[in-house]
Amino acid sequence: MTEEIIIAGFGGQGVLSMGMILCYAGMMENKEVSWMPSYGPEMRGGTANCITIISDSKISSPIISRFDTVIALNQPSVDKFENSVKPGGLIIYESTNVINPPTRNDIQIIGIAASSEAAKMKNTKILNMIMLGAFLKKKPIIGMDNILKGLKQVLPERYHNLIPLNEEAIKKGSELVGEVEVSA
Amino acid sequence: MLRLFMKGNEAAVYGAILGGCRAYYGYPITPASEIAETAAKYFPQVGGTFLQAESEVAAINMVYGAASTGQRVMTASSGPGLSLKQEGISYSAGSELPLVVVDVMRGGPGLGNIAPEQGDYNQIVKGGGHGNYRVIVLAPNCVQEMCDLTKAAFELADKYRNPVIVLTDGFVGQMMEPVVLPEPITEFQEKPWVVDGTVKTVNNLISSIELEPEDLERHNIKLQKKYKTISENEVRYEELYTEDAEVILMGYGIVSRVLQSVVDEARSEGLPVGLLRPVTLFPFPTNKIQELSRTAKLFFVSEMSNGQMFDDVRLALEGKSPAKFFGHMGGVVPTTEEILEQLKMIFNELKE
Repeated sequence: MTEEIIIAGFGGQGVLSMGMILCYAGMMENKEVSWMPSYGPEMRGGTANCITIISDSKISSPIISRFDTVIALNQPSVDKFENSVKPGGLIIYESTNVINPPTRNDIQIIGIAASSEAAKMKNTKILNMIMLGAFLKKKPIIGMDNILKGLKQVLPERYHNLIPLNEEAIKKGSELVGEVEVSA
Repeated sequence: MLRLFMKGNEAAVYGAILGGCRAYYGYPITPASEIAETAAKYFPQVGGTFLQAESEVAAINMVYGAASTGQRVMTASSGPGLSLKQEGISYSAGSELPLVVVDVMRGGPGLGNIAPEQGDYNQIVKGGGHGNYRVIVLAPNCVQEMCDLTKAAFELADKYRNPVIVLTDGFVGQMMEPVVLPEPITEFQEKPWVVDGTVKTVNNLISSIELEPEDLERHNIKLQKKYKTISENEVRYEELYTEDAEVILMGYGIVSRVLQSVVDEARSEGLPVGLLRPVTLFPFPTNKIQELSRTAKLFFVSEMSNGQMFDDVRLALEGKSPAKFFGHMGGVVPTTEEILEQLKMIFNELKE
């Protein structure tokens, strides 16, 4: 198993930490992992992304340009990375932020209204966890118990009281996939 | 085996501390800043010193001073900062001081940008400062090696009384991968040459000045002998599928990771391709290149620069084998796909 993912969105949407959680969780399962961020000015408010690779074997290049999964949290990310999904791959996009959804017919396309769901749950910062839940529902590459352990590693200790909320958000994301699935 | 997940920049600090380094003087710069940040956190915890200097020039001269007392000491920066430090590095080479500098390369020239590049090769490997000197240059290509090679850098620096530079790029510095921490170094060589304020060292002198031309020439000849010994004993490289390869790919640092993917893909398509990755850039694996040139038909070098290491590959080949270069500058990364495309063209030409 090798899953090559890019997670992209606005700085502050939790793009980088989503990738980190997947990596920490992957390590708990003795997988090889790599996390390559876009760094610099974009971290301070522009668009940010990270390439995350989880694999059962040694990872050659951590820099890749074709992905099994694209997780896009805003319109610029959909525009930029839709064509980078491998044929038969998956794109999950945040549907309240994205006006022009992906259109390719050789990939799976899933829109998740994570932003409005997060607002319903009264914490807009859990948007990324809803998206993560949706991804793991489609591609259960890592056990949920290890994802939660990964979350504990990434979330600063002062926010550990929010772990149950984050867990709920992951579950929510997973449920939403069943409701809205749009297969190509 | 416990695996920690960290950035390359953090791993360099772990490697330094495990390598016995207890003093850090630096000035932050993207994409190397996490080295200073991590050093500020951990050096005081192990009884060491962390000091943010007022400039890169001040930092390298503090490193010079600490090295003179026998401390294992380091600094880190990126291209523009390394340009500033070159004077201090030349002085350290002249005074034969063991110290370690990490260069996390970014785009240049000038202010350039903060994207990863490999345009510092010439200034680091060929000696960007003045004089007939060389520094040992180690080029990690993953986070584990950022730790292991930084640790090794301190051993090499002490062994040869010479500056060692860990040459890496923004990608390796910023990316996160699992790391298994190596064993710490616990045995250290005596350094009878130091100046540490004790009676024992009162007659020692740390200096790079030699006013008489004959004396300075003798000093230079001694240095050149040392560099020759280093060239004979410290070459490190990694090779992959080179035995039956018709085309040898060469690249260092992050580019070598891309080339690993290229080799995997090319082999799966039946193309006889191998990889030779220099781990030390000085000393350069000249003999290995010459050995492979007896069986390979062509060398293909890729860098995130205008082909600075390519020059050294061609020097090693002495015109006996053809070599091609493919690179990008400014922070653009060569992709697996475009290199594969180049290789297919090369194999078509080789057939004709």
